[in-house]
Amino acid sequence: MINEKKEKSKWQHFVDWVNGEEAIERPKKISLQKINKKKLIILIRKYIWSRRKKTALHLIMCTFACMVFIGILLHTVSTLPYFGGSTNPASNEVVERYIESGVEETGASNIVTAMILEYRAFDTFGESCILFLAVICVVMLLKKDAAEETEEEKAFDQEEENVILKKVANILTPLLFLFGCYVILNGHISPGGGFSGGAIMGAGLILYACVNGQKSVQRFFTYKTFLRINVISLLAYGILKGYSFFAGANHLPDVIPKGTGWDLLSGGLILPLNICVGMIVMCTVYGFYALFTKGDI
Amino acid sequence: MTAVNYIQNIPFFSIFLAIFGGIVTPVLGNGKTAQKVNLVIVTVIGILSAVLLVHLWQREESFTFMMGRFPAPWGNELRAGPLEALLALCFCLVMALTLTGGSRFLQKDVLPGKQNLYFTMIYLLLGSMLTLIYTNDIFTAYVFLEINTIAFCAIIMAKGSGESIVATLHYLVICLLGSGLFLIGISLLYSITGHLLMENIQQAILDLVQTGEYAFVFAVVIGMIIIGISVKSAVFPFHFMLVSAHSVATPASSGILSGLVLKSFIFLNIKMFYCVFTIDLIRSLKITNVLFVFGLMGMVVGSISALKERRIKHMLAYSSAAQIGYIYMGLGLGNHEGMVAACFHILAHAITKAMLCICAGGLIEASEGNVGINSLRGAGHRNLVAGIGFTVGGLSMIGIPLTAGFISKLYFATATIYSPQKMVITLLTLAISMILNAMYFIPSAIAIWSPVDKKAKIPKPSRAMQYAIGIFIVLNVVLGIYYAPIIDMIEIGIQLLES
Repeated sequence: MINEKKEKSKWQHFVDWVNGEEAIERPKKISLQKINKKKLIILIRKYIWSRRKKTALHLIMCTFACMVFIGILLHTVSTLPYFGGSTNPASNEVVERYIESGVEETGASNIVTAMILEYRAFDTFGESCILFLAVICVVMLLKKDAAEETEEEKAFDQEEENVILKKVANILTPLLFLFGCYVILNGHISPGGGFSGGAIMGAGLILYACVNGQKSVQRFFTYKTFLRINVISLLAYGILKGYSFFAGANHLPDVIPKGTGWDLLSGGLILPLNICVGMIVMCTVYGFYALFTKGDI
Repeated sequence: MTAVNYIQNIPFFSIFLAIFGGIVTPVLGNGKTAQKVNLVIVTVIGILSAVLLVHLWQREESFTFMMGRFPAPWGNELRAGPLEALLALCFCLVMALTLTGGSRFLQKDVLPGKQNLYFTMIYLLLGSMLTLIYTNDIFTAYVFLEINTIAFCAIIMAKGSGESIVATLHYLVICLLGSGLFLIGISLLYSITGHLLMENIQQAILDLVQTGEYAFVFAVVIGMIIIGISVKSAVFPFHFMLVSAHSVATPASSGILSGLVLKSFIFLNIKMFYCVFTIDLIRSLKITNVLFVFGLMGMVVGSISALKERRIKHMLAYSSAAQIGYIYMGLGLGNHEGMVAACFHILAHAITKAMLCICAGGLIEASEGNVGINSLRGAGHRNLVAGIGFTVGGLSMIGIPLTAGFISKLYFATATIYSPQKMVITLLTLAISMILNAMYFIPSAIAIWSPVDKKAKIPKPSRAMQYAIGIFIVLNVVLGIYYAPIIDMIEIGIQLLES
């Protein structure tokens, strides 16, 4: 083939290119027979050195770019308005209404919750979708297809042998769950809410799985339950919020009672929404743990 | 109590329909059911968008939609005009056709147990793209930008091979660079304007420009936001992620990537120009010139790389990079006509490139999985529809009259009249790029159609793919002949965005 190529006329080259047989730039092929070993070693050394030079050049360029970027950002931050200042552009009518009439308009005493679940609920819906999406991504990537387990994976099913650790953890787990429920249910009254409460409950599940083995969690929390909880919570969130968006945008009368501030049953839809978000976060946190360790929920 | 105006609820319905579809799909059984339901839902959203488009186009109006009980600066808001509805319609149409056409590749490439999860990603991708089109709030835009990135990473990854994971990481790193810059940009913008709603930011920016306060911060903000979005939309030096993603993803996914995902980012950029920074400011800060230069470089470099390439999927990816260059060149012209041409090219390229990806998949299948252009010899005879589709798509990319690609190039060329100082270089680059396009599409077309004697045993092309490619070809020609109403819709849409 190589000898034939040399005799080709320019026209033949063109015809080959049109036929797609010859690219303008062919990958270079080194035929080992023609090169003696010494030359090869020199070539390899040269190659490594050129690579090193290239890497060094890349490193220097990267550092330079990062330095410039850091410099620009630091200068920018130093010229920004003073954080929390009263003349800040950010202290405007938007924040004023959130603070002054937030409790009255939403029924939630915690204005942060009011902001994320009532005023800007669409963004929070997006955030919950991101969590759902992330956990589904990890399922797609890491969930095992075959049923058999390797030794390494079986290790995650084993119970902890240290009795003290086991007892303490078993006492702690229900307490963690209780605390998680408290944080979720009181999200509209006190600091907390679905995201933080869900993370606490997820931590409880992880602790239980660590000590008693993941098999024991699978007795009540299988992949199916995991999917169902996730889907039902997100669907409930979507339907509740979808209704509230629809009613709000079309100026339909508000049928959901807001309740009085500081009561457990206040804040309209915020309490059920917090529960939904909490369930999603719990599943996500535990799902990540289970998939990254054993590769199965 | 006022009567409910259902037309105005369409953007909200379409976004929620897409997201609900995504939420329900994981428990919906196997991949085939998921695909059927997906087709129905995407079609329904497409029909809704068409209704919205006709309504808004006839009345030449746009409206804002309050997401929730609280009006805009306090709550979230959507905004819809003819341009937004047109893009939504185009996205739904292309997505439905691409997934139908590529359904067999999908069933082959994606593991059976994970096919319904793939469709979850498709739904959420569609939901996020619709939100990016309709949103009037930059923070919502950021949240859904993230959904878009993660969902698309999963779509590339769905094949599960080592190569696809490398390509996903490549895509993820570049995309996160873009999102990071965008996020820093909006947080700085919030601290100097105090708003997240586009209209209010625009008002605050106009005041800031008059007083000259925070000039440096503002320059950083504008740079970060525009660069961030441009990086995500694979503008010239960042187009390599496109190549690695294209070559490993299943044909439907690569069609969606260069046909739709990149376009939603470009539209976000257009929205930033008109609704946040105002086009006069962008022009006076010479942002358009920067985009113009990168667009031109992308056009030439992308085409030359495609010319050097011997693998068909890589060639299409480089060609996408070149076409993104065209769009940025249109934005960079900085005048109304250039913007119209860029928007038209968004549609034309979405239709053409999605078709080319599906056809390339069909041709590769007909050549026993070989991707080299020389091994595709005679593939057009074995899979006739894919061959015709590939040829029509190639002609449209080159810009032969009667195809969609010709119209956008015609409008790009006419738009240069309004920017005389950029006229010569634009026309020259257009000419060079068109010749280069021809130089890499014609050899592949010849290879496909050259006669081959031996009859290889290959699977018969599926009916669904034939229909999808047929509709794509018809759409392409229709867009190339009856372009006047589309151009009219885009013009009205841009005027409404500007006001």
